[in-house]
Amino acid sequence: MNFPFLSVIIFAPVIAAVLILLLPKDRQTEPKVLAAAGAFISLFMAVWVFLAYDRALGGYQFVEQVPWLPVIGSSYYVGVNGMGVMLVLLNALLLFCAVLISWHIEERPREFFALLLLMGVGVFGAFTLLDLLLLVLFYELVLFPIYLLIVNWGWKPLREYGAMKLTLYLLLGSLVAVVGILAIYFTSGLRTFDMVALGGVKFSPEFQRTWFLPIFVGFGVLASLWPFYSWSPDGYAAAPTAVSMLHAGVLKNVGAFTAFRVAVLLLPEGAKFWMPYIVFLMVMNVVYATFIALVHTDFKYIIGFASVAHLGVVLMGFAAMNELGWSGAVTMMFAHGIIAAMSFAIVGMVYDRTHIREIKELGGIIRRLAPAALGFAIAGFASMGMPGFLAFVAEVQVFLGLWKAASLAPWYPAIAIISVLGIIGTAAYMLRAFQYVFMGELKPQFADIPPVGPLDKVAIALMSLPLIAGGIYPLLVLPVIQSGVQSVLAVLGGA
Amino acid sequence: MGFTAFNPTWLLSILPELLLLALAIVVLGVDLALPAERKRTLGLWTAAGLIVVLLVTLLVPLPQGPAFGGVVQIDGIAGVFRVIFLLGGILVALMSMDFQPLRQDGPYYGLLLFSLLGMSLMAIAENLVMLYVAMELTGISAYVLVGYMRETPQSAEAGLKYFLFGAFSSAVMLYGFSWLYAFAGGTGYAQVASAIGFVRFPLAVLAFLMVLVGFGFKVAMVPMHFWAPDVYQGAPTPITAFLSVGSKAAGFAVLLRALQFLFPALEMTWVVLLVAISMVTMTLGNTFAVWQKNIKRLLAYSSIAQAGYVLIGGAAASQMGVASAAFYLIVYTVMNIAAFAVVVQVSNLTGSEEIEGFSGLARRSSFLGWSLMLALFSLGGVPPFGGFVGKLLIFASAIQSGLIALTVVGVINVIIGLYYYLNVVKVVFERRSEQEQEPLEVPAPSKWVLGITMAAIVLLGILAYPVYQWVWQASAGWF
Amino acid sequence: MEFFWQHLLSLILFVPLVGAGLVMLLPKEQDRLIKWVSLLISLIPLAISVIVWINFQPGAPGFQFEERVEWFPQIGSSYHVGIDGISLVMVLLTTFLAPLALLVSFSIHEEVRSYFALFLFLETGMLGVFLALDLLIFFLFWEIGLIPMFFLINRWGSEHGERELWRGYKVPARTYAAFKFLLYTMAGSLGLLLAIQVIGLTAKTFDIVELQKVWPAFSGSLFGLPISVIKTIGFWAFTIAFAIKVPIWPFHTWLPDAHTEAPTAGSMILAGVLLKLGAYGFLRLVLPLFPEQSVQYAWVLALLGLAAAVVGGFSALGQDDFKRLVAYSSVGHMGFVILGVAVAAKALGGEVNVLDAALATNGAVLQMFNHGITAAAMFALVGVVYERAHTRNLKDFGGLGVVVPAYGGILLFCTLASLGLPGLNGFVSEFMVFRGAWAVFPAITAATTIGLVLVAAYLLWTIQKVLLGPLNPRWETMPEINAREAIALAPLMALMFIIGVWPSWLINLFNAAVMQLIG
Repeated sequence: MNFPFLSVIIFAPVIAAVLILLLPKDRQTEPKVLAAAGAFISLFMAVWVFLAYDRALGGYQFVEQVPWLPVIGSSYYVGVNGMGVMLVLLNALLLFCAVLISWHIEERPREFFALLLLMGVGVFGAFTLLDLLLLVLFYELVLFPIYLLIVNWGWKPLREYGAMKLTLYLLLGSLVAVVGILAIYFTSGLRTFDMVALGGVKFSPEFQRTWFLPIFVGFGVLASLWPFYSWSPDGYAAAPTAVSMLHAGVLKNVGAFTAFRVAVLLLPEGAKFWMPYIVFLMVMNVVYATFIALVHTDFKYIIGFASVAHLGVVLMGFAAMNELGWSGAVTMMFAHGIIAAMSFAIVGMVYDRTHIREIKELGGIIRRLAPAALGFAIAGFASMGMPGFLAFVAEVQVFLGLWKAASLAPWYPAIAIISVLGIIGTAAYMLRAFQYVFMGELKPQFADIPPVGPLDKVAIALMSLPLIAGGIYPLLVLPVIQSGVQSVLAVLGGA
Repeated sequence: MGFTAFNPTWLLSILPELLLLALAIVVLGVDLALPAERKRTLGLWTAAGLIVVLLVTLLVPLPQGPAFGGVVQIDGIAGVFRVIFLLGGILVALMSMDFQPLRQDGPYYGLLLFSLLGMSLMAIAENLVMLYVAMELTGISAYVLVGYMRETPQSAEAGLKYFLFGAFSSAVMLYGFSWLYAFAGGTGYAQVASAIGFVRFPLAVLAFLMVLVGFGFKVAMVPMHFWAPDVYQGAPTPITAFLSVGSKAAGFAVLLRALQFLFPALEMTWVVLLVAISMVTMTLGNTFAVWQKNIKRLLAYSSIAQAGYVLIGGAAASQMGVASAAFYLIVYTVMNIAAFAVVVQVSNLTGSEEIEGFSGLARRSSFLGWSLMLALFSLGGVPPFGGFVGKLLIFASAIQSGLIALTVVGVINVIIGLYYYLNVVKVVFERRSEQEQEPLEVPAPSKWVLGITMAAIVLLGILAYPVYQWVWQASAGWF
Repeated sequence: MEFFWQHLLSLILFVPLVGAGLVMLLPKEQDRLIKWVSLLISLIPLAISVIVWINFQPGAPGFQFEERVEWFPQIGSSYHVGIDGISLVMVLLTTFLAPLALLVSFSIHEEVRSYFALFLFLETGMLGVFLALDLLIFFLFWEIGLIPMFFLINRWGSEHGERELWRGYKVPARTYAAFKFLLYTMAGSLGLLLAIQVIGLTAKTFDIVELQKVWPAFSGSLFGLPISVIKTIGFWAFTIAFAIKVPIWPFHTWLPDAHTEAPTAGSMILAGVLLKLGAYGFLRLVLPLFPEQSVQYAWVLALLGLAAAVVGGFSALGQDDFKRLVAYSSVGHMGFVILGVAVAAKALGGEVNVLDAALATNGAVLQMFNHGITAAAMFALVGVVYERAHTRNLKDFGGLGVVVPAYGGILLFCTLASLGLPGLNGFVSEFMVFRGAWAVFPAITAATTIGLVLVAAYLLWTIQKVLLGPLNPRWETMPEINAREAIALAPLMALMFIIGVWPSWLINLFNAAVMQLIG
């Protein structure tokens, strides 16, 4: 394994972005082709990594290490375990689909696609880096393309507010976490940002309890942990389609995954101490977001709140602090990523054609946009935890994990019960949205909207595929995830 | 106090300063030879000369250690600051060529070089008298440069204001020096430092505070920051850039050295004081910047805030603190100059320095738009740019020294900072304007300035190591 | 061939699903092609299930034709299918009704491709529930079947009618019905899901065969609660989920809406198969997994059966809408099934005469099958008249026996089967249930006979309103039942007759399984 798979995945989009920016100003098609090519290389490599990852061996594979700031013990150190493999694959898939979905962009396509690719790069880095410092660097690298994408190509009435709110929230969260990371760095005495090495350090329980909270909640902001979620619906409503897709689909996972990797894995004692309390915030994610989504009538907001609720489930899986919960959380990240991206893609398709997002003003669109309706139905049913879709496989594990966590705190089963009840709410608002938008009589003003284009169909198909395949045959994804979870548990000594 | 015999290698050890002096004379000479319409090339002469000086500084192994009987001290950090000044000088010289309202002539570039010479001397001075002379040389050249556009009332007014504030602060500082001389009976740093330990504490602190007034004026830290917004706004934009970068860096060169070698006995006191000043400086600078409508005033307040970040490195009182502060100043130099270089272009074109005037900039010139964005992002601490790594290192040094509260305030300030930087970026990229279809041609010197600074901003972020390593080793001698 | 014999059940299960995919690949405009292809596809599982039936050994204990594949080993769940007598009957019922329902659906003209694909998908969902021997797989199919049904009602349901939700805010009736159906069932299954999770977590397996051995014997405490409390909660979670599906009063209110608004074939499948899922759930899961609780609460089940029979009967009596009337009659008929199930539950305690218990339980299973075919036939007949008259209001009809005598004859035949005329199928199963229940719950059984009377009353009344009396001149030109519809109904009527006169061929199939169930 000498071929630098991960570096190719990370930097193929960078190269594509630079090439795009070097193109003459008036080109329309070339930037798109280049962007698709760059994203495709990453996707191809990510699939390769997914297939080639040695499940039996486990642990971090495809490792590359180059010194970066040796004086403070930081290096460009990438590698993935089973969890990372899934998330890299997810990001590669969604990045490629986001490029396809954005093919119709005509306003300054050069800059749009370059920024979109850079955003994807940051996410790849955040999933693969094993060096805390560079991890943070890539984590924040994501922020600036997002800001520009929203401000320039977003929805006019909200974009300035939404973009600023989103950026500042996320920055604040991450900086708080950075302070905690620096505390870990100095306390460890190792003078290294190497997460693998730091994972072997046993910090004192007091230290862990003090610093767990800022780090977890700091990164949790990006995972829209209640009550720090409010950037999310506004930001998504304001963002252009591709950005909403990637943001909801992978960026929130970056938050959750980083919170897990840094806070939980490095400070397990702190996690055991705080998780039983933080888990209530996660329940609020589910309950609160579900209630709001039930009464909202803006198509995009509904999806935005749905994603907030799902992240509650992801975080709960991590909060269960056992193998099942963690495996469920990773599966849920993957599933939620696709669901959210697909929903936003379809909201975008509908909005681009009708310029309406108020669900009550839409209706009967299924007659013009049948593939979009099918996609939304798949995403909707998956999101309500319908068996046969990957999200169910995830939720079952999370809930079982929560039941099992009863040894950690007696109220975990109650948490499981409450969140299972959330499913009915999800079913209600998803179907309600579907009903208003797609069913009923086709309104005359929508009689001539253009049909779903071939690229959009490809994107919908690409996203539906893992959702259904993984749901029908969970062994497609679970062994990889499990090998990741188990190697992590082995390091922790069976937390 | 015995006199050491003159040693010819002393001259070699201050070779860069001597070269600067020579270059100033050459430029003034060339000025006489050039016809009026070609005086703009003076900027090129200056820049080319400075590049030679820079290469000499970097490549020729000059002797290190004390020279001229301890009046100056050539050490690693001094070397770092020399490079910062020269780099700033090169960029400002190139930038000045494109600033239309400015009269291109020899005295302008000559004064620039004299000022640089003064800064360079400030960085190496280890004697109160030497320091005072160097600061005055820097200051007087700068007063003239600020008021160089005599025909514009704002420039003249700014020059006067700068002069009054500068004179006042340097008077206070001089008075402080006299106290120190009284304590020690000499003006060498080492002498003063050993004497201060025996002085009654309140007196020592008072003297320290008076000296700090002078240094604080240079770095524009609170409460010695009042001059900055007005002067920055009124001065010719390249000079604003020069002040915000060179003058500030020189102030820090002096401040950091003085903290370690002049007042080590007061470390407990000045750490607390610097922590407080740093907090106030950052917060005030950032908060005021939020309300600004004029880009130069905004950058003025922003540079006050940036000084606050660098002060964190000073307050950390460790090798990492000093190294991080120096590294940050390098990054700060390129990113701030980049921002001003864009301001020069826009004000040439629109005659306005209002933020609104930047509407549609990205559509008129993608290059300027992206440059300004990168510069502001870096100032705001967005990865992967140099500003991010710089801030990270500074906060790391603060945490290493246990200054958690300071770090938290710093972090909050980064957020506030990002808010107003993003607001400018938003105007540049998202706002439309009526002239947005007219393409904007960037003249060659500015292209070079922006090209160099952009490359530096990115490289200092993603390949920070070699530079930081250099700074780290340079600061090793202090600890 | 080897593969075929090894995977009979999987083939039955997945042929319709694959067929649905194939149908989606057909050109959209080729309505006739789509219809015929779908019909042919639906005959394949029927053929295979007949093969299974022929090779089935009724006396053998346990499950036959088992297949087991790793599916979700992390939590101890596998793809495990297999059949015993009870599930075989249900599978036969499903594969038998599906082609008939598709045949009836030939009158659909809107978005034919999606309709037929969804219908085949629905068939897989239902078959999966009957075949699954793993709790999680069971749940998977239990839920997945909701998707096609939701769309069938929502999209192809009756086009008229509105329902007021609140403050004058109106939605189409079919939408209302579809939502109510889905949300009711899902709400019920949440408790099921939670209970499944607790069971699976405790027993470390989801395999039903394993669980039937392990779970009832499980003792100790969970989450600080004594196991008996957990089991009681689990029992009620299961019971409520299945009760909603059956549906048992007071959870039945979704049914009249759903049945009324669904397209004809949808109603046929809803009444014919979907309602059986709930009753099947009682027999397959509730009784074996929670024997103690079943004995303890058998009387509640019996009471609920009584309530369903009586409430269903009275409600049907009050209807003017033909389809709604048939829908309520389903509630009533399923009440008899629940009564039989209650006897079986009681019998688990060993204090019931084995003969009584066997009679009642066999009767319940037979009643499930019988109701499946009768209700399907009734809905098909309602559909036939509705397509011609475009009204379902009983008051508008009258004297149709003269205009459409063949239709009248078929309707009369099916109605009589439904009301339990001796010699036809309904009589046999209802008699068995009552005969067996009499000794166990005498008072309740006596009261339930009111239900029988009510059934007779409203059905005869219906016959009178539709076929007899003065002819409404609007229907003078009503066309007679056509060949396609008659072909769809003929097998159903044949079965009603055959089971009526010779029920033992069917009962023998599942008797062994029933005996095993009640110990």
